[in-house]
Amino acid sequence: MDDAVIKVRDLRMRYGTKDVLDGVDFEVHRGEVITLLGPNGAGKTTTIEILEGFRERSGGDVTVLGHDPLLAPEPWRAGIGIVLQSWRDHGLWKVRDLLRHLGEYYEPYGTPGRPRPRDVDELLEAVGLADAAGQRVSKLSGGQRRRLDVAIGIVGRPELLFLDEPTAGFDPEARRDFHDIVHALVDREDTTVVLTTHDLDEAEKLADRILVLAGGRIVADGSADALARQVQGKAQVTWSRGGERYVHAADDATAFVRQLFAQYGDDVADLEVRRTTLEDTYISLVRKHEFGEESRPEPGGREDDLSRTSTEGVRR
Amino acid sequence: MSAPTQPSPSDLRLHAVRVGLRRGWRLCLLSLRNPEDLVFYLLWGGGMAVYLILNRNVVMEGTDLGLPAVALPGIIAAVLVFGGIAGPAFSLVLEREDGTLLRAKSAPYGMDGYVTAQVVYQVSGALPMLAILLVPSAFIIDDLMPRGPLGWLVVLGLLVLGFLATMPIGMIIGSLARKPTHVSTWGMLPVLGLTLFSGVFGPVTNHAGWVQGLVQGFPTYWLGHLMRWIFLPDAAKQIELGGQWRLGPALLVLAAWAVVGLVLVPRVLRRMARRESGSAVEARMAERMQRVG
Repeated sequence: MDDAVIKVRDLRMRYGTKDVLDGVDFEVHRGEVITLLGPNGAGKTTTIEILEGFRERSGGDVTVLGHDPLLAPEPWRAGIGIVLQSWRDHGLWKVRDLLRHLGEYYEPYGTPGRPRPRDVDELLEAVGLADAAGQRVSKLSGGQRRRLDVAIGIVGRPELLFLDEPTAGFDPEARRDFHDIVHALVDREDTTVVLTTHDLDEAEKLADRILVLAGGRIVADGSADALARQVQGKAQVTWSRGGERYVHAADDATAFVRQLFAQYGDDVADLEVRRTTLEDTYISLVRKHEFGEESRPEPGGREDDLSRTSTEGVRR
Repeated sequence: MSAPTQPSPSDLRLHAVRVGLRRGWRLCLLSLRNPEDLVFYLLWGGGMAVYLILNRNVVMEGTDLGLPAVALPGIIAAVLVFGGIAGPAFSLVLEREDGTLLRAKSAPYGMDGYVTAQVVYQVSGALPMLAILLVPSAFIIDDLMPRGPLGWLVVLGLLVLGFLATMPIGMIIGSLARKPTHVSTWGMLPVLGLTLFSGVFGPVTNHAGWVQGLVQGFPTYWLGHLMRWIFLPDAAKQIELGGQWRLGPALLVLAAWAVVGLVLVPRVLRRMARRESGSAVEARMAERMQRVG
């Protein structure tokens, strides 16, 4: 049985003469959390809107929960939850009333395994809005408003949830609460989640798989670890010796450090081994594909002769 | 609510319409508690009631009827037409901007619920206005409704017909307008103009012939005509165009507007809703910030 919740083949989107999406292919499977990363204008939101059925594509095949989003019948919407970047609607409504009202749309679509809608008070508790249940929506703080948007997105207990920059404007605590909610949705209800974010740390924490969009294509597709290996595969070793600081990019950091100690012993101080971060990976990927540049180390003056095999790192 | 058998699409749609009815009722309650809306009712409804009260001793030329008696039916028609058009037009354009519509679109059959709620809300919104006009009128007009309870029933029917003829226009204007200022300019100014010349404030015979002809193509004049027919004694027909009641043409014009509107409105709404997306809402918000800031 094919468990692909989303199938995208050769997706194209053209605005005027500009190809925003130029042959995008990917699949998302049941219970997976994927993150779309990419610079502004790379087509993240366009891709999500095409999947949501809110935007007509220029070309390609798209199947979401078994239907082409543009031709899907209305009941298809019951399986999909949507949290957009910003919403200012229903300001006069009270939080609980609004959630209950929007949940009512999903009543006929419940099944024993997936009761719909969600219990409103449990949901308010889960997103941390129990105390604000009787408040007017317009009186909520920015963070509370976002929590409400997330609550509305999942009130129908969707099989597939789209989150467009869900934690923009969250404080660290709210962000962690939100991550807990997403983990619970995936673990307990087998929800599939597609999210866009600018926060690489968030992508790493939440996503099973990261898709990097750049230059109209998916330029990388894999877990945060796999991506890091794909791009550089090197760890950065820094140390000091005799008051000088050195840096070296090593394929095998352990072997390098062993050799370093063998050679200099007690003279080596301030040793630090840093794995390539997702940020390094991401920036080098985007540079390469957006601007056609080859990947290069982060700016900041560090340079290294990679051909050198000695432990003579580079002084700086 | 969990049915073991698969519900049909029409059942599912009906469910959304029921959700919409409840939504409309709640919108109405929210509106009655909203100070801005209350000020609107008091300012417009109250203003017209005061106009009637101040002119309670003025007798219309060539009749033995007081000005309030002759003016009230036309004012009711104008209030209904204006509310029926402006209400949905502004709602749609504003709720497209703040994301309400997109929210509706995200739910199964949510647009059906949304439109149902709009109808309930706009119709119920006319009731406080009518109350503000009718209650004082009962004291200053000798025999407010000469035809008794049956007459009131006909008034109710005319209100329904009036809404059928006007609300689709309002929804179409609201769907086509790109921003709220468009609704108030090219949307509402023509409606306001037509209202001024449709025999609401003084007999239509005061205006040039071509103006008389023009207003007879639109709902306001005819709804006013029908309201005068039901509220006034038969003799009052002498102040109408041609000195007689013309029920046939009146019903025909109103029905024509209703039919054309009801045929067009689902298409225009679908087209408008299809274009809604998060980034469309976002773009309008950015534009609005620029306008304001």
